[in-house]
Amino acid sequence: MHTNPKAVIAAAVLMLTGMLYPSQPCHASDEYDAIEIVTIDVLADLYKPVVFNHQWHTKLAPCKDCHHHTTGRQDMDPNCIRCHANSKEATSVACSSCHSSKQFYPEQLNETRNPTLYHIDKPGLKGAYHLSCVPCHVKKNAPSHCEGCHALTDAGKQYFHLNKQAAPGKTKGSHAQ
Amino acid sequence: MNKAFNRRGFLQGSLAGAAVATVSLAKPTEASTFEGYPDSIGVLVDLSRCIGCRSCEAACNKEQNLPAPALPFNDFSVFDELLHGQKRRPDETRYTVVNRYEIPGREHPLFRKIQCNHCLEPACLTSCFVNAYTKTPEGAVIYNADVCVGCRTCMVACPFYIPAFRYSSAFHPRIMKCIFCYDTRLTKGKPPACVESCPQEAMTFGRRTDLLEIGRQRIRENAGTYVDHIYGEHEAGGTAWMYISPAPFEQAGFDTTVPKEPILNYVKDFLSIVPMVLTIWPALFAGFHLLATRKEKLEQQKKNEGEV
Repeated sequence: MHTNPKAVIAAAVLMLTGMLYPSQPCHASDEYDAIEIVTIDVLADLYKPVVFNHQWHTKLAPCKDCHHHTTGRQDMDPNCIRCHANSKEATSVACSSCHSSKQFYPEQLNETRNPTLYHIDKPGLKGAYHLSCVPCHVKKNAPSHCEGCHALTDAGKQYFHLNKQAAPGKTKGSHAQ
Repeated sequence: MNKAFNRRGFLQGSLAGAAVATVSLAKPTEASTFEGYPDSIGVLVDLSRCIGCRSCEAACNKEQNLPAPALPFNDFSVFDELLHGQKRRPDETRYTVVNRYEIPGREHPLFRKIQCNHCLEPACLTSCFVNAYTKTPEGAVIYNADVCVGCRTCMVACPFYIPAFRYSSAFHPRIMKCIFCYDTRLTKGKPPACVESCPQEAMTFGRRTDLLEIGRQRIRENAGTYVDHIYGEHEAGGTAWMYISPAPFEQAGFDTTVPKEPILNYVKDFLSIVPMVLTIWPALFAGFHLLATRKEKLEQQKKNEGEV
């Protein structure tokens, strides 16, 4: 996965939206504050950006199913509460504010060395998205094959050697099967 | 007489030599097991995360400039392929494959990625008599085609059946196997192409010691999700690529009979004797022979002198 300057700008924009939009001082954010459409294009390279209908998803599942916390509200996960019972209000709910789009680089490997660090197993941004979305899509029989959410780009088609095409439709498979 | 004394001296010398050689050769066999290079790198594969998208296969193919596949990488019919009753294996055209396993009692299948496990004490390396293999301090087991003579002993030695031979090339036959993207990525501080391509982060890249911590944390904090075992922590004396699984490992195609110590240990004692047998024994037994026939020869000599 290459990081091009466009992707970096997109990441910044995404982070900003996450920080600015739902932050109404003194009020915990809830599904009514949710932003409508999020275009996830931070990592777009082999696949086209995902146009994620956030508001529609808020009707299907409570916020905490995808977000560890909302701004201003405490995380109620008993595992998190062990340490974060008295933590300050979160300023951002965007995945990218904690999950890095660059994963497994040397500095990060050195961080893991810290014996006092609990979060030694934090997924990167790509991992966080997929680990959050895919299990639910499988469970609810929503599209769970790659192109169910993001279409391949030309680079992606080349990458998967789709050029000398096998029978169309044969390539479609679902992880749920 | 002078001649006989020389012979005795030679015999004494060879016996002393044998003793010295035995002692000096005995030393390495007593050395404790190699625990791996400190800070060596590995990968922890979580079978519960893999969704069988085959992105890693595509990434490997591109990174290692391997031949184009017969079917596109997002064709999932390959999971049903069987060759001689066996699921797909890495070969000269692919360093890694993902296979699907239906697990009794589980709603969804498990997917398992196969590639070189990069053992801490590789059997391929120890079996190679021209030292074509190297275990690098980073943790990769790499291969040098320039010195390889094509004996394919490594293919027999590997407990995971990983090294493949490029039979298709008459002029450039060589071993084909995963090299952990050593030259193009690992030495530059980057994870291998397969790890980077995985959408599910089924593969975690890091120092082997840290990965064991991460693996144990995952098993502990998701009680009941995983089998309480990290495959590769001890298998074959420890491997750089390790696995955690929500189902018993043998059900996901793992060989759980692989010994928990380096394959080398089984042949170490025997192999340490080989140089001694080849160098000392001929001299020693030739000496014995000469000693046994010495009397006869002396008598013959005397007889000859008497005749003269």
